[in-house]
Amino acid sequence: MEPFTTLTSRTVVLAATNIDTDQIIPARFLTTTTRAGLGKHLFADWRYDERGAPRPDFVLNRSESAGCRILVAGRNFGCGSSREHAPWALLDHGFRAVVSTGIADIFRSNSLKNGLLPVIVDEATSGWLLAHPGAELTVDLASGTLSLPGGARVSFPIEAFARHCLLNGVDELGYLLSRSSEIEAYERRA
Amino acid sequence: MAAETAATPAVLHVDLHLIHEVTSPQAFALLRERGLSVRRPDLTLATMDHSTPTRTAQVFGGAPITIESAARQIRELEANCAQFGVELLGLTSEQRGIVHVIGPELGLTQPGKTIVCGDSHTSTHGAMGALAFGIGTTEVAHVLATQCLLQRKPRTLAVEVDGTLQAGVTAKDLILAIIGRLGVAGGTGHVIEYRGATIRALDMDERMTVCNRSIEAGARAGMIAPDDITYAYLATRPRAPKGAAWERALAGWRSLPTDPDARFDRKLHLTAGTIEPMITWGTNPGMVVPVTGTIPLAGPDAAFARAVGYMGLEPGAPIRGQPVNVVFIGSCTNARLSDLRSAARVLRGRRIARGLTMLVVPGSQQVKRQAEAEGLDRVFLEAGAEWRESGCSMCLGMNGDTVPRGEYAVSTSNRNFEGRQGVGARTLLASPLTAAASAVRGRVTDPRELL
Repeated sequence: MEPFTTLTSRTVVLAATNIDTDQIIPARFLTTTTRAGLGKHLFADWRYDERGAPRPDFVLNRSESAGCRILVAGRNFGCGSSREHAPWALLDHGFRAVVSTGIADIFRSNSLKNGLLPVIVDEATSGWLLAHPGAELTVDLASGTLSLPGGARVSFPIEAFARHCLLNGVDELGYLLSRSSEIEAYERRA
Repeated sequence: MAAETAATPAVLHVDLHLIHEVTSPQAFALLRERGLSVRRPDLTLATMDHSTPTRTAQVFGGAPITIESAARQIRELEANCAQFGVELLGLTSEQRGIVHVIGPELGLTQPGKTIVCGDSHTSTHGAMGALAFGIGTTEVAHVLATQCLLQRKPRTLAVEVDGTLQAGVTAKDLILAIIGRLGVAGGTGHVIEYRGATIRALDMDERMTVCNRSIEAGARAGMIAPDDITYAYLATRPRAPKGAAWERALAGWRSLPTDPDARFDRKLHLTAGTIEPMITWGTNPGMVVPVTGTIPLAGPDAAFARAVGYMGLEPGAPIRGQPVNVVFIGSCTNARLSDLRSAARVLRGRRIARGLTMLVVPGSQQVKRQAEAEGLDRVFLEAGAEWRESGCSMCLGMNGDTVPRGEYAVSTSNRNFEGRQGVGARTLLASPLTAAASAVRGRVTDPRELL
């Protein structure tokens, strides 16, 4: 996994609350057996019309969204199913961070394992971000801070071990495998 | 296996890992990339349910599976299980079914076990007093390789329900009412324990319906303390412990219930007697009203206008009487034998409305056989419904069983998200009684009118 240290990018805003993983990537695209190339299905039913043509009014189809790596969304982003295809699709599209007042548990866990940073902020910060699409933000993972235009900084919570893995570009599997002898001893006792 | 510290999460050993065709292929690919094997095939069980066909000719008759990518997932799961030595209840197995239906049915789901699966409705297994939750595909790989997961301790939420449910009000109505109270994010970061006299009085199928939908309130897991109802359910199951092992297991299980003076981070209390048959009107499971109620006039944010627009419903209008095109009885929420009996109770001697499509998809092949032994299949077929092989089917439409664009479906499944049952499909979640009654009338119907 690519290390995550700092990220500076303009934002794309999806203000809707409770954006579920069926919106992020509908189930019909889950019949794949790889994790590659899912970005083209990201928000498919919001992004394309019945004939598969891009809807010009959807934010990801607008030219100012090109190259943006931070998604700002309404509260409870990523609720619903456990499909890891959701963070895979966001990453494949180019996003590296999602900012919201609340991010659903399984989606958050899946995101951390793939280098998509969930950034949970307070209502006031979120309100400002939702009202200012395209704002340039800097995320600093080591200090757990988000810098807003004008220099204001807000901190966000991040689980210590997940941060360690992201900063160093290592995954949890290596750590779990390093504890094999303890797992073996536990299984003998059980 | 190891407690959490400030720097590292707890290492949780998994007692039962259930896998299926949709969220496992990339996990097996990771094992291959790293040259790893499956650490405990004996604690791993695979089945196929999400993208599998439900037409008998495709399951048993060798007719081609029309969605080629779905067929490839099925073949890939077969190949992965063969290569890594994992037991697979495959397409034609008599023990196949929806993963959350077969775990309990086989007696593999047991009190006190840690159970995970790459599916958010793994919370279902908490009905037996197991700690069970959904995981992503990377975590599926972690469990395959190490039988362990890294976890932080969740917060606790007690949902206490007292009193007696009215006639015609089911466990599905109860959990819909609970989600309506908690909201779709109310349980985030928590494990729910469902408690109280109403919960104690539920049978195992009903308890599974309740725990199944914990995730719809944002909670990864929901559980119910095991009791004599749990033990009676498990005693006859083929893979439950037998003889002396049963006695030992039972002694351990009896020690599991929460202490009477236990403290929870949060509590919610409901009175069962005031709950009516419930139905969703919107595009998340928290947008729910009594079937006798009206669509709200306003909501807390812009999601309200979007939801009524997507659903094509009018704020303030009664939900009862809303025309219905499709009825789906199925899913890990409501496709166990008692759910089918419940739907058949309404449909017996009646016909579904002209022009309406009704699919009845049993939760497992065993449920299917039992239902057929009781003649429930005849009740459904004579009413004009389709009777299918088991699987997730129209709950998420991966296998091609979908609700057409713009049509209204009363569904016993778990999610009413935009497009969940098909592009542009409009889902109203309800109990099997309400779904069956709505099929008869062709309109959203209070089931008590037909009981």
